Amino acid sequence: MRILVSFLVGSLFGLGLLVSGMTDTTKVQGWLDIFGAWDPTLAFVMGGAIIPMAVAWRVTVGRKPVLADTFPAPPEPKLGRNLVLGSTLFGVGWGLAGLCPGPAVASLSFGGMGGVLFVAAMLGGMMIAPKLRNRLDQTAVAV
Amino acid sequence: MPMDWIMGLAGGALIGIAAAIYLLVNGRIMGASGIIGGLVDGSGRHDRGERTALVAGLLAVPGIAALVMGGAQTQLTGNWAVIIIAGLLVGIGTRLANGCTSGHGVCGISRLSLRGIVATAFYIGAGGLTVVIFKHLLGVI
Repeated sequence: MRILVSFLVGSLFGLGLLVSGMTDTTKVQGWLDIFGAWDPTLAFVMGGAIIPMAVAWRVTVGRKPVLADTFPAPPEPKLGRNLVLGSTLFGVGWGLAGLCPGPAVASLSFGGMGGVLFVAAMLGGMMIAPKLRNRLDQTAVAV
Repeated sequence: MPMDWIMGLAGGALIGIAAAIYLLVNGRIMGASGIIGGLVDGSGRHDRGERTALVAGLLAVPGIAALVMGGAQTQLTGNWAVIIIAGLLVGIGTRLANGCTSGHGVCGISRLSLRGIVATAFYIGAGGLTVVIFKHLLGVI
């Protein structure tokens, strides 16, 4: 049952990314392009997604998930170097190609060779990341 | 132009509803990089089935919908070097930061998580700066 729900969730997520235009890299780069022809669509997508999710977080208070024992615990409010460095690296890649992980997978079937190449490189990066994190954790102190 | 905004809002609502169902029913955070990354590096071994099912829906349904709608365009750059570097950075960065646009952005900001807000500020800031440098100054993208 949880697997069926996961498939439904992925389907809705993918459909939302397609409908919202977030699988079109020029719309994402247009949002980031504050000195060019700025495209505010991404703000509407974020707003549209955050509202139902904010309601959902409210609903979790004092309850249990339908098919699980507990809700995810709130993350430690610790910022740290990995969060800042990782988000910065991610932002550079996001700006360069106009793709982040969700839309990269959602557009794989119609994104041509370039889309496949991007996802392959992204999976490679995800494979290296744990080793890089260990290396970083061994050096210097957190920000 | 405003039609794009309405579609953005509607598509965004679908994304938010999907994230809400995943949280309220399965008790999980709908973060694309975490779900995919867990499959790649083995950290998500215990719930491999759920992750695979989510990725299957994420991959198949927009593909079918695009076919029905008469095709969709990503308008991705044709520069393979840019694509590979961007893909690597997105993969490394999202796993190092433990989240991307869906995890930190949608799921984090909606619970007013400081980590989600800071991460989002950094990736949007870095993305904006990248577009300024590589598009307007260097003309690479």
